[in-house]
Amino acid sequence: MGAIELGLVFGLIALAVYLSFRILDFPDLTIDGSFPLGAAVCAVMIINGYNPYLATAIAFFAGALAGLVTAFLHLRLKIMNLLASILTMIALYSINLRIMGVPNLALITEETILTPFEGLGLQGFYIKPILAAVIVFTVALIVARFLNSDYGLAMRATGANQKMARAQGVNTNKTTYVGMALSNALVGLAGALFAQMNGFADITIGTGTIVIGLAALIAGEALFPTRGMLLAALACIFGSIVYRIAIALALNADSIGLQASDLNLVTALLVTIALVLPGAKNPLKKLMKRRN
Amino acid sequence: MIDVEDLRITFGKDTPNENKALQGINLTIAEGEFVTVIGSNGAGKSTFMNCLTGELIADSGKILIGGKNVSRWKAARRSNLVSRVFQDPLAGTCENLTIEENLSLAYSRGKTRSFGLAINNSKRDVFRERLSRLHLGLEDRLEDKMGLLSGGQRQAVSLIMATLQPTKCLLLDEHTAALDPRMQAFVLKLTNDIVEETRVTTLMITHSMSQALQYGTRTVMLHEGQVVLDVSGEERSSMDVHDLVDMFAKVRGEQLDSDSLLLG
Repeated sequence: MGAIELGLVFGLIALAVYLSFRILDFPDLTIDGSFPLGAAVCAVMIINGYNPYLATAIAFFAGALAGLVTAFLHLRLKIMNLLASILTMIALYSINLRIMGVPNLALITEETILTPFEGLGLQGFYIKPILAAVIVFTVALIVARFLNSDYGLAMRATGANQKMARAQGVNTNKTTYVGMALSNALVGLAGALFAQMNGFADITIGTGTIVIGLAALIAGEALFPTRGMLLAALACIFGSIVYRIAIALALNADSIGLQASDLNLVTALLVTIALVLPGAKNPLKKLMKRRN
Repeated sequence: MIDVEDLRITFGKDTPNENKALQGINLTIAEGEFVTVIGSNGAGKSTFMNCLTGELIADSGKILIGGKNVSRWKAARRSNLVSRVFQDPLAGTCENLTIEENLSLAYSRGKTRSFGLAINNSKRDVFRERLSRLHLGLEDRLEDKMGLLSGGQRQAVSLIMATLQPTKCLLLDEHTAALDPRMQAFVLKLTNDIVEETRVTTLMITHSMSQALQYGTRTVMLHEGQVVLDVSGEERSSMDVHDLVDMFAKVRGEQLDSDSLLLG
């Protein structure tokens, strides 16, 4: 997979992180589990002969379900939000293995959402980025439009000031459920796209998804500072692409001496630097402040 | 309009920190009344207010608003019956949202929130018209973040938000306590104007004895979670701050006496 289509697919994850961390103020690590969940559900359905579009849609809803579980643990069982998401994430590891049956499933010979476009005369390496771009930007537009709606505004108020939101008649539990479901549904969708474009689903692909999403979000917000919802949503995706290209350049530059396996270290360093930079606007600042 | 019967709530029940915040409040407020509520710290004023809005659910007792028994209703469900302005200017508005977005939230109170645009031109016209009454120039700053406004400006906008939709009662929880004297006077006058214009049933908590007498039609004093004084009409209009302070001291003194009797 090239940097562009990887960036696009992870743009969905940046968007999901934007929804949970920024909009809902809910530090959600569920996505480390819902990303492989989307991939697993999609891969198993495709291998069993289901329509790949249906499989992708079901992966979307599987992600939503994972988000609902985390929200339930937090809202109903009163488990601290970060811990609730870790519990769901760890549970999903076993669930994903159950769904797949084996740690790795190959999709290379199967029909995917890319198959219908392969006979159209476009060269193979164009199809992936174009299809990814169409899907990801459509989703971003829908999410932005949603956030600009009355319901979306209620969700934003939920994250910004719960007491005030309730005083204005917002059922903050409901908006949190919906927001968490939407956020993780996007991740499930990203997982499904990732599996089909890469040609496999693997139990380990989720590791560090949240950090990559955060890095993309931070990059997007640094490069495209904005207030509007539409631009904020697009910034997530562009941030993700920029981040992927930067990583690709860094890993490919022999002079630096980095290897592909250094990716997670580089990402962690990048996020750490972004966190401690004075004046940096980033979604984890709140987590740091709470310890003071 | 508001009927409160034997409202009781205890925090930290059966622990060493047990605090009987409300110990049987009985209060009936008629439609259109403007009640000022006074009481020392810990008298249960804010707890009472939180019970009315549904932020807290009382242990026992009944709350009827507009004839509906709302005792077990949560805050969001009561929001089309009661609207409130918080003491803390930061609490009543979202600083990360724009002025128009804050107003839009209040505009949808009591309605189903769907997927129509939260901000459109017809709503903007309403917001501009309402804000222009403040003469603060906020009608030209609809797209500014709420966080850019001063505390007084935010309380003024909170008041507009609280009355943007028809409401059965308006609850003001020391909403001028955090403001400087000039802004206090401005927000109080605005409050009075809005209450007189809309004739909405209003409950205003205040720490200031003079405000308690100057505004409204009735004054209620809470002490140790009970209503200990309730004056209105002739009696109230002939009172001055000294009378009120005397009564305040008397109530507390008597309490001390009875305590000392018990201990003695």
